[in-house]
Amino acid sequence: MAKTVDQYFDDLRGTRVWRSIFRSGTGSSTLKRALAIQQNVFLHLFSTKVRTRMLGFSATWYLGTLTLGTFLILVATGIPLMLYYHPSAPQAYADTKDLQFVVSSGLFLRNLHRWSAHCMVFLVFAHMFKVFYRGAYRAPREFNWVIGVILLLMTLLLSYTGYLLPWDQLAYWAITVGSNIASAVPLMGNKIRFLMLGGNAVNANALLRFYVLHCMILPLTAMFFVAIHFWRIRKDGGLYSHASEPATLRANAASSDTTAKEAQ
Amino acid sequence: MADSKDFTAGIDSNAKKSPRRIVFITRRTSAQVKADTENQIQTFPEVLFRAAVAIQMLAIALVWVALVFNAPLEGLADPSHTPNPAKAPWYFLGLQEMLHYFPPVVAGVLVPGLVVMALIVIPYFKVNIEADGLFLKHRQQRLRIFYLVAIALSVFLLFFKVYAALVPTLIMAGMMLLAAQSSPQSPSAFRRYLAARPLSYWVMTWFLFELVVLTAIGTFFRGPGWSWIWPWQWS
Repeated sequence: MAKTVDQYFDDLRGTRVWRSIFRSGTGSSTLKRALAIQQNVFLHLFSTKVRTRMLGFSATWYLGTLTLGTFLILVATGIPLMLYYHPSAPQAYADTKDLQFVVSSGLFLRNLHRWSAHCMVFLVFAHMFKVFYRGAYRAPREFNWVIGVILLLMTLLLSYTGYLLPWDQLAYWAITVGSNIASAVPLMGNKIRFLMLGGNAVNANALLRFYVLHCMILPLTAMFFVAIHFWRIRKDGGLYSHASEPATLRANAASSDTTAKEAQ
Repeated sequence: MADSKDFTAGIDSNAKKSPRRIVFITRRTSAQVKADTENQIQTFPEVLFRAAVAIQMLAIALVWVALVFNAPLEGLADPSHTPNPAKAPWYFLGLQEMLHYFPPVVAGVLVPGLVVMALIVIPYFKVNIEADGLFLKHRQQRLRIFYLVAIALSVFLLFFKVYAALVPTLIMAGMMLLAAQSSPQSPSAFRRYLAARPLSYWVMTWFLFELVVLTAIGTFFRGPGWSWIWPWQWS
């Protein structure tokens, strides 16, 4: 009898090499499926089970998942873009031009990176409002909401630092407008802007600083907070569904008690 | 009897679920044990598969956009040549629109700072937890506060000629007035919905409305010298 793809996959998961890497073995029992999540350093951030109702589109609109999706696309396109880019003025602009006209698929890479970045900013805002209108920030999820606000700011900073990198007129003046706002901070505004730009105006130093922030510091910090964000979903009782909250359960139990007493 | 037992013993009838389990029920507690009986689904593979499909569909859509539309690239950065208007990235254009009306320390520092602070304290703010309709309790008192805040805010915006923010504020105030005149027993589903909205909903929706309107104006309706321009007048 011919083996199905599933069986081949099961065989693969049963091999010694696979098990030495992934720890959880073959089998589709509940235990094995739970172990596949639990025994994986990345997947163990998630709970082994999810309420079926929460998988319906209307519950979350999948906005958190989609935001992760844009982040993954941005990492996947950002790394190849780094290979063709020098963070120095005016070489950065020439590199961007080369990406447009010389590098194979360079135009596509840059387009995808840019549109995904805009999409991510939009999705993070949408995710925040969706969570708010569902009331999913309530205890015990307060701190995960705060981490979400931090991630919103990280996303804005990531997008903002990336905006300068093409070193064209659009980039230069957008960052000039933005950094002028920083100098409006009372007392230390100019110091903050100097720290941000490495000078009193947007120049080659600013480009290098934004490059380091955009490609190293901010993505790593964002990943750190994303990991906590996911892990807290599990620790705080899974995706928020109002009907399974402890408070709601207690209220339901109390009200069914009173109706039972009234019936007696 | 000197002291009575604080519990009664019972036997769970479902032998399949709890073989030989004796249940102790303390006084003044419910005999019903409400367990979380919602259907659950395993993360591996079902949920991961759905997530992968969602991300895949997004990726297809973005790849399509990337193939059809080119990212903008203008001339080499030139500090001596300022474009008019010089615009920040779109998500900051709401702020830039505010900068048009207020001094930088207000529009650029105070307002965004307060917005971030407000977002952080939302879950720790008691009013939201109640989630009762705003005007259902203490109606007269809350109406008076509402009138005071709405009129003060409108006069403030009018004084600084911030019509872009005034119009959404007035529309929201109108909706809140409609909510105040609606009851949870209203025959109209829309008015029942309005009547049940808590304060947090109104504040957040007002913020969302302002955010969208100001960002849209900054993006599509501002030309040279930050003057008002219609989208079809762009050269």
